[in-house]
Amino acid sequence: MLRIENLAKSFGPTQALRGLSLTVGRGELFAFLGPNGAGKTTTIRILNGLSRLDSGKAMIDGLDIGAKPLAVKRQCGLVAQHTNLDGELTVWENLDLHGRLYGLGRSERRRRAQEHLDYVEMADRAKSQVKTLSGGLKRRLMIARALMHGPNLLFLDEPTVGLDPAIRRRIWALIKKINQDGVTVFLTTHYIEEAEFLAFRVGFINEGRLVADGPPQAIMDDLGQWAVDTYGPGGHATSFFAERSDAGSFIQSQGLACSVRRVNLEDAFLSLTGRRLP
Amino acid sequence: MTALLAVYLREMLILRRRLGRQILAMGVSPLLYVLTFGLALGGSVQVAGRGYLEFLIPGLAAMSSMTQAFAMAGEINVARFYLRVFEEFQAAPIPRISYVLGETLAGLTRAMLAIAIVLALGYLFGVRLYYGPAFWAALALNAFAFASLAVAMAMLVKTHADQALLNNFIITPMAFLGGTFFPLESLPGWARGALNLLPLSHASKAARNAAFGLGTPLHSYAYLALAGLAFLLLAIWAVSKARD
Repeated sequence: MLRIENLAKSFGPTQALRGLSLTVGRGELFAFLGPNGAGKTTTIRILNGLSRLDSGKAMIDGLDIGAKPLAVKRQCGLVAQHTNLDGELTVWENLDLHGRLYGLGRSERRRRAQEHLDYVEMADRAKSQVKTLSGGLKRRLMIARALMHGPNLLFLDEPTVGLDPAIRRRIWALIKKINQDGVTVFLTTHYIEEAEFLAFRVGFINEGRLVADGPPQAIMDDLGQWAVDTYGPGGHATSFFAERSDAGSFIQSQGLACSVRRVNLEDAFLSLTGRRLP
Repeated sequence: MTALLAVYLREMLILRRRLGRQILAMGVSPLLYVLTFGLALGGSVQVAGRGYLEFLIPGLAAMSSMTQAFAMAGEINVARFYLRVFEEFQAAPIPRISYVLGETLAGLTRAMLAIAIVLALGYLFGVRLYYGPAFWAALALNAFAFASLAVAMAMLVKTHADQALLNNFIITPMAFLGGTFFPLESLPGWARGALNLLPLSHASKAARNAAFGLGTPLHSYAYLALAGLAFLLLAIWAVSKARD
């Protein structure tokens, strides 16, 4: 569905992407995980025509984004990290204008707007002015809008940033449903639990490069199953073990304050990059 | 065509929601000019054989068509830097020209509304002139040129604050030097030549000639059309520069 080869992008002296390559298969829910400034949003902006690439190549559904930009854009839906709705317009008007931009006829716009408002459980807010909606409702409306034209590939850039935990869970359920309905999802996040909960496959990006790519469990298994956090005079350290019994033996040999837990994606990210996710 | 209408419709929906405030805002400056220059200062002045208020109203209509068409730049900047709605247009499968023409037509519509307000003010103060097709054509060309320029400038500025600088350096000087308040014929030749480079000078002249029933300065219409075309091409190019 998506193939990126050696994507590079600089903003003045800052190299945002340094030869990024990755693929996302049709029907996948792929999470692109990395700290702020790692290059996640830049990647999404390039793939959606909001930024130019300096070098490299990106194909969506077999179409080159540089050679066939309009055809590529028809395949994609984008939910930006920040709210980019028209606050003065109503919920319905925002959806209707999106449908017009994608060339949908009047009856098709009406049918799809109703269908997608039902889908995100906002049918009762159709006539509300967008500026009166809460953050969670705005995010759901942005998702409905991105789905209006029936994209095959949905980009979600930090879809739950700034939302409270209950609303975040609701957005996660919606994202799962969208993917189960056949839409390929490319999600960026810096929330470990979001990637673990949602994704079939995770890509770690750090300083504009892909440093790991695979199913979350496989990436974690490379470290081991168990992690032991040790707190001593020298600070905090983490050690990894394949078996719990090995972790137990290690704790007994330390004589320091220790705790044992399952390995998580953050351990893998820290181990690969030396950086913690925020 | 559908995309062009979508861009235009968005601006019209916003304009409709603000219509009352917008009409008041469009009327304030012309009213002040009519009161200060037209009545207080120019009440006893004759220009080209006519009362100063009669001279002023077509010029004010031309000036308002320029300022209101160019005000689209501010609207686009809000959509680009504050609301970030511009990204919706960037991500959509629409040709750049559809976006530019949609915004330009929105600027043209605002300008037509502003002209109607100026003419209504003139009528209230007793000005009776002929506003036929040649009058409206001159001001429509002027509005088209400045709306296109507005789209181009809105794409090229890097921050919302830059927009205010453009108004100070381009629009305000042109408003005072483009034949709105005085006939360019009264200036020395070098100054007249320089000010004739301004599109507004041609719009003022063409609008006045039409309103006074004088001859049609075809070169002024051609100049405005060429300026509009040049600014339109600049805007189409500038939209692609607005990425990043």
